[in-house]
Amino acid sequence: MTTVWVYAEVTPEGPSPSALELLTKARSIGDEVAAVALGPGATAAAPALGEHGAARVYASDEQVYADTLGQPAAHTLHALIREHTPDLVLFSTSYDARDVAGRLQARLGSALMSNVTDVTAAGSAQTQIFGGSRVVDVTLEGPAPRLLLVRPKSFPPEPNGGTAEVVPVDTPVPDELTTVRRIERHEETAAGPRLEDAKVVIAGGRGLQDPSNFKLLDDLAAAIGDAAVGASRAVVDAGWVPYSYQVGQTGKTVKPEVYIAVGISGATQHVVGMKGAKRIVAINKDGDAPIFRLADLGVVGDALIVVPKVIEEIRARRG
Amino acid sequence: MHVVVLVKYVPEPQGTPSLGDDLLLVREGVDGALDPGDEFAVEASLQLVEAHGGEVTLVSMGPEVATSALRKGFSMGAGGGVLVTDPALRGADALATGRVLAAAVGRSPFDLVLAGVESTDGSTGTLPMTVAELLGVPSVTFARKVEVEDGALRVERQTEAGYDVVTSPLPALVTVTGSAAEPRYPTLKGIMAAKSKPLEQLALADLGLSEADVAPTQRVTEVSEAPEKSAGVVIQAGDDAASKIAELLAEAKAI
Repeated sequence: MTTVWVYAEVTPEGPSPSALELLTKARSIGDEVAAVALGPGATAAAPALGEHGAARVYASDEQVYADTLGQPAAHTLHALIREHTPDLVLFSTSYDARDVAGRLQARLGSALMSNVTDVTAAGSAQTQIFGGSRVVDVTLEGPAPRLLLVRPKSFPPEPNGGTAEVVPVDTPVPDELTTVRRIERHEETAAGPRLEDAKVVIAGGRGLQDPSNFKLLDDLAAAIGDAAVGASRAVVDAGWVPYSYQVGQTGKTVKPEVYIAVGISGATQHVVGMKGAKRIVAINKDGDAPIFRLADLGVVGDALIVVPKVIEEIRARRG
Repeated sequence: MHVVVLVKYVPEPQGTPSLGDDLLLVREGVDGALDPGDEFAVEASLQLVEAHGGEVTLVSMGPEVATSALRKGFSMGAGGGVLVTDPALRGADALATGRVLAAAVGRSPFDLVLAGVESTDGSTGTLPMTVAELLGVPSVTFARKVEVEDGALRVERQTEAGYDVVTSPLPALVTVTGSAAEPRYPTLKGIMAAKSKPLEQLALADLGLSEADVAPTQRVTEVSEAPEKSAGVVIQAGDDAASKIAELLAEAKAI
């Protein structure tokens, strides 16, 4: 009998969408599926987690899991794993879950695989390399449980109408694991739909030449309507736009209907965050840019000239 | 303060990577460099010791050729370094690497360990946390700004929505993003000085580790071509590029 757990990230607003994706996949791998939810909102998230396949939700609403990073969650998850011995634990590749998984690996001495794009069995998984051009099958060895960090949006979430039994977790967290404190939270998100939810994502890179030219992308997004603006890591690192714009390996994973890459060359780092888009448009001066290999429609030319024309064209069509 | 920076020698990021018969990334006979992501950590460490006094030590694991990555860090200003080289470490996974680096860092007292968020070649992004856990220190990941005030850390940590301000006592481990510090170019003087800085080379046994401690837990069984996307159309700007883009948006019912 195979037991698969999902480390479900929760907030008082609900479970993260990726928790529901992972539970959907876990159903096809495990005979028994459970979720572990730690932090404010955990108990309240149980019905949604149950509906997507968790028969049991180990839940603690303690504030300590939200106020600090990684250590308390790794501690509690470790205690639960020793008690219940699951075979496989799935994590989403998020900022906080990477902290938890990395620490848990040190405690367990278990295999931890990152950037998983598919789970093929309780002890094997797939990833993609070289900008998604190759699929790699990996077998995991060593002590159970195996730990997988799965890329967001690898599976569509599908409810199966189940209900979860809530198992309250009261593992004490030692004070020495709570010395890191989040003392302020700042939001830097733009107006309009979220990057992850927008029908169209328009992302800008170095080819825009100057931060002020990002305004063009905002204008294009406004002309389209259900569109959000993103960016490559290069321009985020350069401070042109906030990090919340970043699409790619260390940023967000998006799967919009249309992805428009503007002045982005198509480095692997970026590509893994957007290649799942249904249609890809690329505008770049360099005809040899790797982004053109992914594009359904590529335009070789200066984005600063092409984008205003597209805005005009859309407005004309709208009349 | 004593700042340790975890660094990695990676195949030249601009190059075309390839796999060997053993399905591992080919690292021999390939141009390599200090991981660009690590340069941010080296720079951030230098700025901290310039402000607060102290020294920077680099710690790395890799083949002999990885000494060039450490020398690059020395030329930027790091005071010395440790490289762990051992045939048993070929193909080492993140757990094995974590054990080796934690053992190497733990040999002397430190105030802060800095690392990049993830390596450019492997991109696993969990190694620093594994090291922090093995060292028994708190950690803050995704730092876009690192400051030390009154002997404690104050970090701006990137989040999906913006950033958090996070505090931590020392010693601690912090991973930095590209926004944390713009790496300096080594000066000629720095490059000359780098040649005489101490670089200690260690084997697994020097760290009290055995081959069993670094046995891989992951095995690549197959590498296959991803299903090809049907080739798209590439046109020159001018022509009717704008209307083609608008048409595609209309087909997708986005306008």
